[in-house]
Amino acid sequence: MSAEQPLTVLVAEDGATDRLLLAQIVRRQGHQVFTAENGEQAVALFAEKRPQLVLLDALMPVMDGFEAARQIKALAGEALVPIIFLTSLNEEEALVRCLEAGGDDFMAKPYSAVILAAKIRAMDRLRRLQATVLAQRDLITRHHHHLLNEQRVAKAVFDKVAHSGCITAPNIRYLQSPYALFNGDLLLAAFTPSGDMHVLLGDFTGHGLPAAVGAMPLAEVFYGMTAKGYGLAHMLREMNAKLKRILPVDMFCCALLLNLSVQRGTVEVWNGGMPDGYRLSADGKVVASLASRHLPLGVLAAERFDDSTEVLPLAAGERLLLLSDGVVDTADEQERLFGVERLRAVLAANRDPVQLFDEVMQALERFGGTPRDDISLCDIRMFTVEERVPAPTLYSDSGRSSPLDWSLGFALRGESLKRFNPVPYLVQLLQEIHGLRPLTGALHSVLSELYSNALEHGVLGLDSRLKRDAHGFADYYQERARRLDALVDGFVRIDLKVEPLASGGRLIIEVRDSGAGFDVQQVLSRPASEQGLSGRGLKLVGQLGSSAGWREGGRCAWVQFDW
Amino acid sequence: MAVETDFSQDGKKLTIKIKGRFDFGKHQEFRDAYESQPRRPDSVVVDLKDTTYLDSSALGMLLLLRDHAGGDDSDVRVVHASSDVRKILAISNFEKLFDIS
Repeated sequence: MSAEQPLTVLVAEDGATDRLLLAQIVRRQGHQVFTAENGEQAVALFAEKRPQLVLLDALMPVMDGFEAARQIKALAGEALVPIIFLTSLNEEEALVRCLEAGGDDFMAKPYSAVILAAKIRAMDRLRRLQATVLAQRDLITRHHHHLLNEQRVAKAVFDKVAHSGCITAPNIRYLQSPYALFNGDLLLAAFTPSGDMHVLLGDFTGHGLPAAVGAMPLAEVFYGMTAKGYGLAHMLREMNAKLKRILPVDMFCCALLLNLSVQRGTVEVWNGGMPDGYRLSADGKVVASLASRHLPLGVLAAERFDDSTEVLPLAAGERLLLLSDGVVDTADEQERLFGVERLRAVLAANRDPVQLFDEVMQALERFGGTPRDDISLCDIRMFTVEERVPAPTLYSDSGRSSPLDWSLGFALRGESLKRFNPVPYLVQLLQEIHGLRPLTGALHSVLSELYSNALEHGVLGLDSRLKRDAHGFADYYQERARRLDALVDGFVRIDLKVEPLASGGRLIIEVRDSGAGFDVQQVLSRPASEQGLSGRGLKLVGQLGSSAGWREGGRCAWVQFDW
Repeated sequence: MAVETDFSQDGKKLTIKIKGRFDFGKHQEFRDAYESQPRRPDSVVVDLKDTTYLDSSALGMLLLLRDHAGGDDSDVRVVHASSDVRKILAISNFEKLFDIS
């Protein structure tokens, strides 16, 4: 009778006759046999030959079987080397000692070849099972290390992309788990060339690498377009189209995108699928919710995507609190959710908005929920003009051509006024002139300001005095959207004229509109307080350029930059 | 079965009922519910009467179903959603894609 798979077997037995007999039985079963005369020899032989199974006499000279079993098991380590004790002992206590010393089975003398063969087979099964379990464990461990390493590398790459902005700015406080990237949450912030701040809090469906893979292009679009001075609507369209193109149908990204403009004292909001964000007054009262009004990014085809945003007033010192659904969906042991009501209670109880962030975290802790790994919480204080760090504009050329004698007329009419924002393109164009590069932020601010003035007050005929308080503010932007939608004609024309001077050059920007114009003298003589949130940005434009003014009855604004 | 399907007599309307939590655990069952049908129904009704919870992967699955049923031309209705489930659908503004009642 031969075994299916031959094993190497160590036989340790002090009686020469028994040893020979046993070795013969085992050999006949097809196994390879090593023999030892006492425990010490057995341990030495085990260390040398590493047999797969051991038959061990309990009572031997020099070192008995019990001690030998302990040492062999220690040498074997994690691998199962079955030990079958050979014994003429039959007191219960002695048999128990065999097993306690590490024996896996025992066999009474005299030996039966049939029973011995059966026991060896049974022990071999156990041995193999253990070997399989160990091999699988090692495989899983290897895969796990591999995965962790991949995540570490992916995170390092991602951090280069994601942290190129200003998420560490002093007015932002946030909490994200260190591996938030792999739970699908994403928080990005960056200054625009004119010193507005863009913030994005996103939450991809799904976890792990798929979420991280989607996050990369989103971050690229966010930083790239923010640095070039694009507004939220353009960025949203680009992000949505990109995600729609690359993500599978069942994956999308809930997102809340903000533009904080300290110049205008406003925050522009687009929320698609994120929980309500909150706008808080300087003394911590909830003044408004930033509610989700849109489908998440990556769901709708470009032609159905809605990029309309809301504009709310936000003065320096006022705050926004943003969160991911991990906060409201934190569950306690009874699977009850923390929920929006508990969150609102924390907001209502707050007396000092600086503490709010900690109070929310403490409330989550007290709630006793298992802390989820996908909680994102972000507290943003409206910054002051002094805190701005406008982004350096991205240059795509060396600037060597630097043309200094040219002019350009650019007119937008009807439909184009509804969708198109010409400012980023014009700023990019002006980057061709080396001497204007240090003025990028100012150019962006001035062009944005003059363009929106021409559109809103000129073409659409909106009165900026509407914006004097928070209520009027909302009305103003609703009315703006309504009139823009109904617009059929009208135009905004931008003329750029560049001429060389002895020392450098001069740029003259003229922005004309088809509106009714206004009484320049009268508006300029209004008290500053009345200009407040509105004021046609006169002061700003005047400060940024070398000189500025209005002509043609308020229908043409001009600014001159000398360098 | 946590996901049950029922074809109307005329074979035009497929009803899919989800019991308990509608999350990633139901992914395969939910896909099978509409992919394994011999013919494509004119309309699909997703009955959430016995659905206790719905997560973002369930929203993804609804998008898959919508895509399968013809995308923008599809007729997918979501019915009997509890107030909690409706809230989740509302935050993501899914009423813009599905007829929810």
